[in-house]
Amino acid sequence: MTLIMKSATIRRSKVKELSAEVVDSNPYSRLMALQRMGIVENYEKIRDFSVAIVGIGGVGSVAAEMLTRCGIGRLLLYDYDTVELANMNRLFFRPDQVGMTKTDAAVQTLSDINPDVVLESYSLNITTVKGFDTFIESLKRKSAEEGRSSGVDLVLSCVDNYEARMVVNQACNELNQTWMESGVSEDAVSGHIQLLVPGETACFACAPPLVVASGVDERTLKREGVCAASLPTTMGVVAGLLVQNSLKYLLKFGQVSPYLGYNSLKDYFPAMEMKPNPQCSNSACLQRQKEYIQAKPARDALAKAKLDAESSSEAECPLHMDNEWHISVVDDSEAESSNIGKKPDALPDGLVHELPNADKYQEPPASGETSAITDDLEELQRQLDALNSS
Amino acid sequence: MEGWDPSTKSALTQIPLLTTRAGPRDGGPWTQRLKEEYRALIAYTSMNKSNDNDWFRISAANPEGTRWEGTCWYVHNLRRYEFQLQFDIPVTYPATAPEIELPQLDGKTHKMYRGGKICLTVHFKPLWAKNCPRFGIAHALCLGLAPWLAAEVPILVDSGMVKHKDDEATSAES
Ligand SMILES: [Zn+2]
Repeated sequence: MTLIMKSATIRRSKVKELSAEVVDSNPYSRLMALQRMGIVENYEKIRDFSVAIVGIGGVGSVAAEMLTRCGIGRLLLYDYDTVELANMNRLFFRPDQVGMTKTDAAVQTLSDINPDVVLESYSLNITTVKGFDTFIESLKRKSAEEGRSSGVDLVLSCVDNYEARMVVNQACNELNQTWMESGVSEDAVSGHIQLLVPGETACFACAPPLVVASGVDERTLKREGVCAASLPTTMGVVAGLLVQNSLKYLLKFGQVSPYLGYNSLKDYFPAMEMKPNPQCSNSACLQRQKEYIQAKPARDALAKAKLDAESSSEAECPLHMDNEWHISVVDDSEAESSNIGKKPDALPDGLVHELPNADKYQEPPASGETSAITDDLEELQRQLDALNSS
Repeated sequence: MEGWDPSTKSALTQIPLLTTRAGPRDGGPWTQRLKEEYRALIAYTSMNKSNDNDWFRISAANPEGTRWEGTCWYVHNLRRYEFQLQFDIPVTYPATAPEIELPQLDGKTHKMYRGGKICLTVHFKPLWAKNCPRFGIAHALCLGLAPWLAAEVPILVDSGMVKHKDDEATSAES
């Protein structure tokens, strides 16, 4: 009992710089070992990165804990919900945090785990006009020092619905902000992660969203009396895949996956990549696509210079880059070639579109009929009010 | 329209379609869209009244028309059960539908997401996506809320989770 009481009050102080010294008291020794082993070139750079996590639920909270333990520089946390007992089948939150906002409860736990991380808590709904403005402003806040339109290095979407994903997509397209999408199916047995680089890859509105087919027939799925199921395992796996991809992207090691699915019933991991849709309904996406095409000559020159530099130091190429175990069922070259020469909507096995495309629709020419009805907004409001009070 | 009952289908086809693709951050085009929303709501409400199937009241709660509040009701065993109704127009509207909330029922049924947002059928979102931007608030109420009330209110009442307001008053007195 005294031991438990005592351990609850121990707090480590902040560190000035990450040390590679292998002693019991150094929280970063095993992480800095990645650098010594040659996996990561400069692990200390992790302290320079800011990551925004939208949705602090079963995936987002675990992703936040992983990044905190990795020593990320700054975390911005967004959610409008409070902790409930019904969340206890998932990881991270504790029963004594019931009633707290998820973002405040997360800050409480994360600041105990690692006081070096700068934590920002935003308890708001990003889908409303007001919430969205605050969301955008908070992402931009440190942009001046970075010289970019956004003040964060990566946005992680860990929300549980299509509406909120579309809002993250909107914000990231407007800010030209690279982000990663994650999701777990409502039947809790499959999930996915996806990298979205505005203008370069498909945005979330470019094509109907993808889901990993669980193989369970939708018609046999019993939905009476339930909305969604959840498992800490599937969510933990997806959070792990998401943060692994984030670390590879930020610290520049290994290959960053453009899309990775997870079917837990078959332990199948479909991979693919998607090009942007020139007819995307999102105007900010079209603007980013245009900029990406305009920047092609500069990009080519940079790639050529890098290639030349690499060929002169061939012997120093990074280790462990080959996948000798062939864990991924579809390797990248296969995923790429499978998308060439097929219809643009051809998908790898095991992936399906969750929603249909909007029907082709021509705006009808303005007819005399519509002008007969009033075009005055206040008059229309009065008409509805009259109906409402009768 | 597979998976929808005949009365929902017939009501849906009579609600005027919208044409302007604009959300609450789009300025002038949003005002145009708002006019179309009113026309559709006026037509749907009038239709319900003339069919003796009046079942909701809704009006904008702010001048921008981004927040809507009202009530909806459902008659079960000849008794009327009424609930507060509210939703915000999302910034990505009309690509995404408004998430309809019944705050008084939050926590009383599994067919609800956090915050009292109703859990729609698997048929709703595909139909909304297919018809973007032609469906508006009136269509969301017709396709989303009406079938939800018809399916869930009887269960909530029969299980005792929801009490009629007359019964609540007597039990409070005793
Ligand atoms: Zn797009």
